Amino acid sequence: MKKVAVVGVGETKFSGPQDMTEVELFAEAAMEAITESNLKPKDIKALFVGNALGDFAEGQGMVQSLAAENIGCLYVPATRYEGACASASMAIRDACMWVASGYYDIVLAGGVERAATMGTGLATRTFAMFSDSRYEYPAGITFPAVFAMLTHLYADTYKIPLQKLREQMARVSIQSYKHGSVNPRAQFYGKNADMTVEKVLGSFVVSTPLTLHDCCPFSDGAAAVVLASEEVASKLTGKPVYVTGTGQSSCGPLGNQSDYLPRIRAREISSQRAYEMAGVKPQDIDLCELHDCFSIASLIAAESLGFFDYGTAGEAWEKGEADIGGKTAVNPSGGLKSKGHPIGATGAGQVYEVVRQLRGEVEPERQVPDAKIGMTDTLGGDGGTLVNMIFERGW
Amino acid sequence: MEHKLIFKDYNEALKQNKLLGLKCRACGAITVPPKIVCRQCASPDMDVIELKGSGKIRTFTTVFVASEGREDEVPYTIVMVELDDGPWIMGNLEGIDPKEASMELVGKKVKMGHKVFPGDKYSAGEGARPLFSLVN
Repeated sequence: MKKVAVVGVGETKFSGPQDMTEVELFAEAAMEAITESNLKPKDIKALFVGNALGDFAEGQGMVQSLAAENIGCLYVPATRYEGACASASMAIRDACMWVASGYYDIVLAGGVERAATMGTGLATRTFAMFSDSRYEYPAGITFPAVFAMLTHLYADTYKIPLQKLREQMARVSIQSYKHGSVNPRAQFYGKNADMTVEKVLGSFVVSTPLTLHDCCPFSDGAAAVVLASEEVASKLTGKPVYVTGTGQSSCGPLGNQSDYLPRIRAREISSQRAYEMAGVKPQDIDLCELHDCFSIASLIAAESLGFFDYGTAGEAWEKGEADIGGKTAVNPSGGLKSKGHPIGATGAGQVYEVVRQLRGEVEPERQVPDAKIGMTDTLGGDGGTLVNMIFERGW
Repeated sequence: MEHKLIFKDYNEALKQNKLLGLKCRACGAITVPPKIVCRQCASPDMDVIELKGSGKIRTFTTVFVASEGREDEVPYTIVMVELDDGPWIMGNLEGIDPKEASMELVGKKVKMGHKVFPGDKYSAGEGARPLFSLVN
């Protein structure tokens, strides 16, 4: 397999409801990535686009073909990926494989979503479509409810008093708000930097024990990256970021994961494959953009990725070990909690952040010093799809 | 290859308070909800059996923000129950005040009834779910 490099990245601001269409959002991110790569749309050989719910958000299916035409990538193959919140990461991983195979030398991958535009009722309904429609939805499952149940299970499994766990989880939200508040592309840019444990615990309850501040927002946004072969990348940029490892895994309804819960087995397998492919270990990762759709999700993810022992991630957050300057810097972008979670674009947004961190280009307050190896972690559904990718400086 | 048990028949049985599952002839594991192969060993050689529906609560939550069309149901409590037969299934808990649901529920024994979700424009019809209640 050939080495694959990220040669350009682009991203819209992640936000609440806004006026641009999904095609327009994706086009802005895509053109930023293409321009940054010193390329033209005609140079792109294929598009790989994550989009989970465009059909519901604006009655638009097949957004990838319309987006390709919109940006002047005419008559090239354009493929849509749907893996709930992991859609864009699936798209980027597959795009990597096409370049690694040698079939294409330059491709565009990313994603787009208008989850905020749907409003809370429809967004909650459609997000629940990623649980089992026949065996889980009749009970009224929602996405917060999945992670709320994992919270109670986590407390019981590791024998952590629920109140103590909730305070640890609040620390996750506080850290994410801090970094997002200084990220101009974040939905909560300039907001919530003064969040406290008391405010997190005292905000309104979405699904016990999760409050509003334990939950990521619904978001609109798009992100895109240009991937190129090593040979092409060397001509385009002095700072290629290589995709050195990837893994993807899937599994069934939440109840069928009972042998491992609250661990997400699909994540363990996905990340192990990525580590093996890259030839690195969890302690080698300088920063990780991980899937913090809920505060508890950060703890579960950081443990399955091998950053902290099972049942101890909450303590790690309390001690600053998951922050910049700690063992592994988690979500210096603000993560899903503060940067935002336009689900079909989220994984591409994570890659955007990791690439810019490795290049040393983010705001000084949230730059991980001398970051050399970064990782992304994206979860779709209640563990149904997991994608992990590892990126390293190519200079 | 034909299924031994599909959603339609599982659902009709649940509406009679009968929980159907599949017992694997190869490894003995019980699969519920139904799949075309065993959840443990992927053998398709399984028999339909009726489960007792009794078990214990492993985790729970009370939902305050509902999906579109289900706003009138909140607050309601969802539970994951570990059946005496092994598998975990999702259902609702009745007979308690949802606002009072706490960690004390974890480990409590439950028995099973059912309640039908009538369906919405996305759901391809109705679907019953287990409705659990605490065993005194």
